[in-house]
Amino acid sequence: MENLSAILYLVAAVLFILALKGLSSPTSAIQGNRYGMLGMLIAVVTTFLIMDKPVLALIAGAIVAGGAIGAWKAKTVEMTGMPELVAAMHSLVGLSAVLIAVAAIFHSGVEHTGVQKIELFIGAFIGAITFTASVVAYGKLSGKFGAKAVNFGGQHLLNLVLALAMVGFGVLYFLSDSHAAFLMMVAIALVLGVTLIIPIGGADMPVVVSMLNSYSGWAAAGIGFTLNNPVLIIAGACVGSSGAILSYIMCKAMNRSIVSVLLGGFGAEVASGGAAASGPKNYKSGSAEDAAFLMGNADSVIIVPGYGLAVSRAQHALQEFAELLHEKGVNVRYAIHPVAGRMPGHMNVLLAEAEVPYERVQEMEEINSDFANTDVVLVIGANDVVNPAAQKDKSSPIYGMPILEAHKARTVIVVKRSMSVGYAGLDNELFYMDKTMMVFGDAKKVVEDLVKGGGH
Amino acid sequence: MVDPFITSFTIFVLAVFVGYHVVWNVTPALHTPLMAVTNAISGIIIVGAMLQVVDINGSELSITSVLGTIGIFLASINIFGGFLVTQRMLDMFKKKKK
Repeated sequence: MENLSAILYLVAAVLFILALKGLSSPTSAIQGNRYGMLGMLIAVVTTFLIMDKPVLALIAGAIVAGGAIGAWKAKTVEMTGMPELVAAMHSLVGLSAVLIAVAAIFHSGVEHTGVQKIELFIGAFIGAITFTASVVAYGKLSGKFGAKAVNFGGQHLLNLVLALAMVGFGVLYFLSDSHAAFLMMVAIALVLGVTLIIPIGGADMPVVVSMLNSYSGWAAAGIGFTLNNPVLIIAGACVGSSGAILSYIMCKAMNRSIVSVLLGGFGAEVASGGAAASGPKNYKSGSAEDAAFLMGNADSVIIVPGYGLAVSRAQHALQEFAELLHEKGVNVRYAIHPVAGRMPGHMNVLLAEAEVPYERVQEMEEINSDFANTDVVLVIGANDVVNPAAQKDKSSPIYGMPILEAHKARTVIVVKRSMSVGYAGLDNELFYMDKTMMVFGDAKKVVEDLVKGGGH
Repeated sequence: MVDPFITSFTIFVLAVFVGYHVVWNVTPALHTPLMAVTNAISGIIIVGAMLQVVDINGSELSITSVLGTIGIFLASINIFGGFLVTQRMLDMFKKKKK
């Protein structure tokens, strides 16, 4: 039985890897997701079969109750709310890791060896930090706590003291086997999760979500070490490295180092490095009809959507307009900056929901060289990701950040509420260029007018 | 006899490498589904929770089994929620047949 269960765990682990591998293209991804489900089923059934005197009623009841809530959430969540859902799910993994570690400590029938104690310690504290940090991230993303970064003097010192105290109680537990010391250690880790995350906010949230994704994986792997369970270790390690890669990609897309994100305070940094050259500057503005006319007569149009588009729920109307242009023979494409949404790949999902064909959506590296040969670029709900200062102005806080080169197109149309600054608090010289036309108004209203104007 | 920790550690390091290479091949357009599916996969922690829900010295209800049950409950939310929401998103990416 032991050999059989080990083989079945291996099968489950391979199925998980295939689930991740499937995501290399949208067509293979659906099959991959089924592999993942099958792997989970195998792992659960195998575990049940090898258990000594399992309490079926509790296990089955918990799975049914949790499964029902999960399925309901999956059905009802809005695509704009995906970052919150993902953050909430990270917190659940963290909390279960804590509960499992505490349950194992109180397991009266089991003596833990020295190595196992260290493993329990690691699994529990990563789980605890993941839990409270994800709860705070969820609060920030859903607007319940306010998304601003919280900074105060001695913040890093406080974190250091907390971390040392946490390790101290861990050592105490290791030496004395005291349950109280273990629980103190967990309690401090829970506080640390909060204090580590509050200084991070605003534009850095996509990095935070990715990072917590990584933590939740490491927490699962840590528990796997304690239980010497290979499928937990493999799945946890894969999730952990996946989250780490996404964090890296997000950092690169914002030209930020992971260390500076962790130390926090993006908003504060920008306010002090005031880059906007003041003085009156001229810009041209036009109506939605003018914009529709320009695009209707163009050969090629690239749409640069930002999160503002999704906030005003304009993506369906936008796709309707793009379809009108497409029928007129205009080559319409969408250009996606990696941080266009509020989590990696968010904008792609929002466009897919609006039934934008997959082939017309292109990533920054694919499309950037095409801007120079494009007649019209329509920037809608985006700002910092098309700011030329990132390439030209060495004093700008976003200097070095990769941008979509909208300014190289022949004509640029920017849909915006007003001339106010973007997420990073910077002025954008793109708006004042001779070839730029500003269309002011709510994104949805403007796009609906575009549809009317483009219909003839 | 090799310490079980060394065996686990070997598996861990190799799995990090596998994860690293597999995830770099994920197309950026699917990064959100990737996160959702990794949420579901980290629900594998359910295995650890299940192992706590056992009859200990003739008692089915102990601190251990109750905490384990809550762990199963939470992990199940992740498993069902994660896989189903991934499914829902991937269906949106599927080509519409007109």
